[in-house]
Amino acid sequence: MKCAVLFSGGKDSTYAAYLAKKNKYKLTCLISIISENKESYMFHTPSIEKTTIQAKTMNIPLIVQKSKGKKEEELKDLEKAIKKAKEKFKIEGIVTGAVESVYQASRVQKICDKLELECFNPLWQKNQFELLEDLIKNNFEIIITGVFAYPFNKSWLGRKIDKKFIKEIKELNKKYQINPAGEGGEFETFVLNCPLFKRSLKINNKKIFGEKHSWKMEIDLK
Amino acid sequence: MILIINICNEKLHEFEFVKPIEDILKGGKIKFKTEHYKKITKKDLLAEKIIICGTSLKDNYFLENLKYFKWLKNFNKPVLGICGGSHIIGLILGNKLKNKKEIGLKEINIKKEFLGIKGKRKVYYLHNLQVLPETFNHQNFYAILFHPEVRNKELTVNFCNL
Repeated sequence: MKCAVLFSGGKDSTYAAYLAKKNKYKLTCLISIISENKESYMFHTPSIEKTTIQAKTMNIPLIVQKSKGKKEEELKDLEKAIKKAKEKFKIEGIVTGAVESVYQASRVQKICDKLELECFNPLWQKNQFELLEDLIKNNFEIIITGVFAYPFNKSWLGRKIDKKFIKEIKELNKKYQINPAGEGGEFETFVLNCPLFKRSLKINNKKIFGEKHSWKMEIDLK
Repeated sequence: MILIINICNEKLHEFEFVKPIEDILKGGKIKFKTEHYKKITKKDLLAEKIIICGTSLKDNYFLENLKYFKWLKNFNKPVLGICGGSHIIGLILGNKLKNKKEIGLKEINIKKEFLGIKGKRKVYYLHNLQVLPETFNHQNFYAILFHPEVRNKELTVNFCNL
């Protein structure tokens, strides 16, 4: 089945794409929504422009849809992008990296239903620690590009998701109820390499900005 | 041993509709076996209880294959049908299918205790068809239209512990 992946460049949507490919689904195109609203309810925003480079290294066409990011307007923009993918690439299904968010998942379900497309959420309700372990097991190279909650600080930016990260996040989960997969928007990630990529992406330059417990890292890739 | 029946037509949907149920049982240290409805054997039906999972909005393929569920008529051990599984139980019991689309969270009021839950509850819906009410119990048959794997995980555990 020809599928489009709702792709943010972070760990969840990339892993969902990987699972689809592994199970013999054709990754026909990727869809990235660039929201001007950094507090978007629907979409992760950091480093999303970099999805173009990720798409190139996967050799999959990318549909980029800009959105002002107002609550219901961004849904219309998402629908527009999915419609475009259906018309241009004849996709029959959408793959998302939704794990816990009923808000995101039900809205994508509604759009797919309207456009008569299958909706696949292969990470749905997945145990968050299992998800992190699976990423490491499957050779995903992922870095933290944003932290947005106490007790995170600047030092977490650029860290890789590895065994040490999981150990520390387990402790933060116990102490501060930090969601281990960053589902509550506590942190955001970017995939530098995974089995779908033809090469590993390297960070050329980085800019860090923020304060207290809210920090972001913009990266240039080579 | 619980038998989990997978009704998905697409492999990728199993992660979404079957694995979360398996994970709940694993978390409750409940023994189970999962099988696709087309591959169920007489030996599988020796299970002490059965859970029939749901599938995606667009996947109604199981409705064309109800012959694989004929065994349900004479089955007298507890069976729980979730969404699509609820439709299957309802149709085998002779009820009619109707169109009813509901997607997302909704608050319902469960007046009569059902598998340990009662009163106002937020439940996750993902269906465009309906056969039985939101919650249904007749003899050994239990059915729910919503997906307990999303906000009401304990319901599945309560069924297994009946």
